[in-house]
Formats: sequence, C-alpha cells, structure tokens
Amino acid sequence: MPVITYRQALNETLREELRRDENVFLMGEEIGIFEGSYKVTAGLLQEFGPKRVVDTPIAEEGFVGMAAGAAMLGLRPVVEIMTINFILLAIDQIVNHAAKIHYMFGGQSSVPMVIRTPGGGGQQLAATHSQNFEAWFAYVPGLKVLVPSTPYDAKGMLRSAIRDNDPVIFIENLALYNTRGEVPENGDYTIPIGEAEVKRTGTDLTIVAYSRMTVLALDVARRLEEEEGLSIEVVDLRSLRPLDKPTIVNSVKKTNRAVILEEDWRSYGIGAEIAATIQEEAFDYLDAPVRRVAGVEVPLPYAKVLERAALPSAQHLIDAIHQTLVGTR
Amino acid sequence: MSEIATEARMNIATNNQRNLAEEDAEQLRHYYHQMLLIRRFEERTGEMYTKARIGGYCHLNLGEEATIVGLMAGIQPQDYIFTNYREHGYILARGVSPGVVMAELFGKDTGVSRGRGGSMHLFDRATNFMGGYAIVGGQIPLAVGAAFALKYQEREGVVICQMGDATTNIGAWHEALNMAKLYQLPVIFLVVNNGYGMGTTVERGSAEPELYKKGCAHRIHGERVDGKDVLTMRDVTRRLRERAQHEGEPAILEAISYRFRGHSVVDPARYRSEEEVRQGRADDPIQRYAQALLNAQFIDDAWLKHMADQVEREVQEAIDFANDSPDPQVEDLFTFMYATPVANTPGASDAVAAALIAERGT
Repeated sequence: MPVITYRQALNETLREELRRDENVFLMGEEIGIFEGSYKVTAGLLQEFGPKRVVDTPIAEEGFVGMAAGAAMLGLRPVVEIMTINFILLAIDQIVNHAAKIHYMFGGQSSVPMVIRTPGGGGQQLAATHSQNFEAWFAYVPGLKVLVPSTPYDAKGMLRSAIRDNDPVIFIENLALYNTRGEVPENGDYTIPIGEAEVKRTGTDLTIVAYSRMTVLALDVARRLEEEEGLSIEVVDLRSLRPLDKPTIVNSVKKTNRAVILEEDWRSYGIGAEIAATIQEEAFDYLDAPVRRVAGVEVPLPYAKVLERAALPSAQHLIDAIHQTLVGTR
Repeated sequence: MSEIATEARMNIATNNQRNLAEEDAEQLRHYYHQMLLIRRFEERTGEMYTKARIGGYCHLNLGEEATIVGLMAGIQPQDYIFTNYREHGYILARGVSPGVVMAELFGKDTGVSRGRGGSMHLFDRATNFMGGYAIVGGQIPLAVGAAFALKYQEREGVVICQMGDATTNIGAWHEALNMAKLYQLPVIFLVVNNGYGMGTTVERGSAEPELYKKGCAHRIHGERVDGKDVLTMRDVTRRLRERAQHEGEPAILEAISYRFRGHSVVDPARYRSEEEVRQGRADDPIQRYAQALLNAQFIDDAWLKHMADQVEREVQEAIDFANDSPDPQVEDLFTFMYATPVANTPGASDAVAAALIAERGT
C-alpha cells in the first residue's frame, strides 16, 4: 500500500470528491490562488476552476453562513477555516443555524456541509493560534464532529463527511499534516461517522485518545510494551459527536483501567465526558480511578519552554499510566 | 413617528395618484384579501397568545401588510424567501394555508415545522419559504448562500432576504453584502423600516439612518419605498427582481413601515408616544388601499363586507384546525435530529424512555 501524508490524503479526497459530484465545491480564505494556508487545497483551483474552488474574503461568519444556505439548496460545500481559532467568528452560523435547521424546521431542509479546520498547539503560535475547540462543537446536538488521527482515517472520514447530509465539523491538526501512513490507491472506502476504533489491543489498561493524541498514545503504548512489558489498548475516538460509547465501555470492561489523553483544556473538556461515561456504564469494572492527561489551563504561551510545559506529552501520559497501574505488579 | 419615516412617506406617491385602469381587477382584489387575511390572522394570534394557546415569543406583522403582500406579488414561484422572526404574514402571503401556520404557533404536529419551530421558525419547502430566523441577521448569509447556489446551478430565480431596520447594524449584513456584490448574486435585501429595533429608533442605532444607502460601501444599489403602498412595493420589487435575475445585481429595498403594536405581543411599547402611534395607525395600509379600490370602483361596500366575513371565517377555521390537531408524539423527540442517521445517535429507545417519564409526571 502506498504511504502518503495526512495532507496528501486530504488533498486527494477533495480532488476525488470534486470529480465525483458536481455539487461539491470548496470555499474559504486563500484556498485557491494561494493553494491553502497549509496547502491542503494545492492544485485544486487549477484542475476545477474558480466556480468549484471559491476564494473568499476574510469573513468567516459570512462565508460559513453562505455555505449553509447553499447546502439548503442542494450544494455540498466543503469550507476551509484557516485554523480553528478563527471559527469563533462563525460560531453563530454553525451553532444557531447549520446545527438547527434540519430539526427546527421539521426535517424539511438538510444542511450537507463540511467545515474543515486544523487545531492544535506546539507550533509556537501562541495563545490565539494554538487552540483546541472540539469540545465547543461536540457539545452541540445537530452537528457531527470528526477528529481523524491517521492519513487512512482522514481520507475515509472526509469522504463520509462530504457524502453525509448533515453539517460536519472536520477537525485536523497542524502537527499531523506531515505524518505518514498507508492509504490504499484508488480505494473508494469510507469510514462510518460515529464509530471509534481500537487502534491497538491490550489487556492492562485502556488509553482513550483522538486526533494527534492518538499518535502519541500509540507511541507510548509501544514503548511501554518494549520497556516494561505492559499490554495497553488504545481506543481512537475518531468521532466526538456522535460518541461511540460502546467501544470505550467495552474496552474498559476488559482492561479495568482507563487513562484519557486529550490536547484540549482539562476542565469541561472531552476527557470529562469520557470519564463520566466510563463511571456511568462501567463503574463496577474499574480497578482504579479514571485519569485525564490534558492541556494545562493557560493561554498557550509563545516561549518554547513554556509551550512544552503546557501541552500534554509522552511523559505526562507515562506518569498517569504508572499511577493508574499502581499495585498491579 | 421618526423624522425620517415621516419624510419618506411625504415624498412617495400613493395609490390615490396611481392610474389603476391598467390593473387586473382580480389581482387587485386578491391583494386586498391577502392583506386583510394577515391583519385578521395577526389580531387573532395576539388573542390566542393572551389565552396561552401560543407560547414563547410572538411578533406580529400588524401594519406591515402592504409591504408583505406587495413583495410577494412582485416575485415568482421559483424564488426563495428567507425572513426574520416576524414572519407570519410572509408565509401566508406566499400561499401557505393559515391552518398549518396557526397549528405551528399552537405547537402542533400538523404545523409547518411539525411543532418544532414555533412562531419564529416557520418553514415551507413546497413554496421555497426557507425559514424564519430568530437570531438577528442570521438569515442574511444563508440567503446570500442560496443565491450563490442558484447561480452555481444556473437556475432561474432570485432570493429575497427580509430583515428589520436594526439588522443593518450587524456584522453579518456587511459581510454578506460584500460577497453578494463580489460574486454578483441574485439577491434582494428587503429592509422593513418600521422605525424601531425593539425600542431603539433607527436614528439611535444607525449612523446612516437612510438605510437604503448602507450598501454604498459595497456598490450595491438601494431604494426606499412607501411600505404601506402595496402596488409600489410590488412594482419596485419586480424591477429589482429583474435586475437581480438578469444582471446579477443585488439590491437593497427599504420599505418604510410602521408596526401597529409593540415589538412582540407582550411589549406595551412605552417608548413611543401616543400621538405617534395614533398617527402611525391612522395611515392604515389596508384602509388606504380599500379607499383607492373604492374610488376606482373596483369594489364596493358590499364586497368589503363580504371579504371581512370570509376572512373572519378563514381565520376561525385556522384556529379550529390548530385546536383540533394532535400534539407531536414524545416518541418523536429525536426525529429530525439528523438527515443522515449514523451509529451512536439518540434513537427510538431514548425517545421511548423520554415518553415514559413524560407520562409519569411533569
């Protein structure tokens, strides 16, 4: 199987979907002539022209709302928000409009749109350009929120998102764009929305993670197997809304221990929801408290030493795993 | 009455000066019927609200009947309409049955939005009535996006984007205007200027109180018309519609209007003087139009009486229909959640659980 980057997987998927369906079009800032701030849309204006690859002015609320309105008339817009930090300018159109229209109008209009946007810190972009807002959107009924961690998943999930008839927030991660993985050539596969995946099986402890944190979790799980003989299972959520509770709960029922790894802020974050779910549905199976490894609750600082201290790392995760396994060996 | 509104009214021709001879009598009578239907529907809606048959917020179109009927007379079946939350009259004038509109206000399963939306969120796919939107300005980007889709799909039709005067102060308006012009989209922004955004006069909210001029930064043409004159509204709408359709030129149409009651049913409107309200109501668009039709001998007093009786019956039938309609089923609580159902979303069993709890107590 060919090995490609996460960025290439997204770019190929957009190209294939633009070829497959005339109603699919792209919209966003600098996605055409500039080829995308992170080059995810490179070459697409050239192939599909300005009707299908629409450069917008800097007006997030305006063009996200336009995409929703166009979707109501049957188009399938794929909007790029340059980074997730700017999505707050469009939050009214996403939360009060796109997420509500199908339900509130009694099912008379669907809103088949995708908003792609990268989040994440670690690039020394400081407080306003390093955030993780997935919890804000995962909170909202009516949205679907996807957080792929590998090139394979990015492709299969973006395809599903574009073919889905609901508004989908598709969250990428700046640090994942150059990561590589196997993706089948010409394989028109999709990955169902709302289903997590056990990315690695194990018996001693479950790590629940998503997006870039899944990559970190898998790395740590491999290291701890080699160095300490631990058998760690990694559940990759892939979809935050809907949330695949059965896969999480079944894993914890097997391993009896769970650590949640998330890049977002700890309080009120995704991990809080996962921890609550585990205690509600697998309380009797737990041999240790559920632990969270999350971002430190500060506006992310610029200086490398401070930034590193504020983001969840392999060492934070290893410490949490050791604490959760105390007394087992 | 605000100074601007008074000035606009004085400068605009009324029906009395218009030659009605070239008009189709049936059409003229139809406009009257629609205006009266909206008037009576809204009066009875206010009454039903005070009887607690209608919940939530409720905003009436009383006084705005000519703006609404003139607009609808000036557009085509293939056109799309997005409005704000003061929209009962618009969906009626678009041809939706008063019964299913009243049923929505009553929160019934037979309502236009299946009882999920209420007064502020009316919708009718069959007539391209694309929704009432209750977040001020929210409908504007959506409407521009719909116009984008029409152009993309090379379809006939334009989009009407209705809003109130104070909406022209919000950011979404300016972003959407810019893109409507940039992409040359067939959209008409109807600004209903009734002098007030809730209790704030136009002059206190907008540095440019002549709202039709607010497109100038985006090179968008604007016109101000007497929104109490149904035929002027129709004719200007038609002209701007043609331009939007064939030249891809968006436009702003500012209709000078007056709301006969407060912002919502429960607003006593103490921010307006009694004298102003008296004057505003004295120039009643329906009476003015009736007089013009009488003068031109298109109708007589007997016809007016007949029409009043007919409309009274229609609205009563709407209320009866709403009354007799079933509530939505609690088992359908999650129905319409997603257009594409996927794994792990709340479903039938969650709804049944909710229904069982609902049965046991409130």
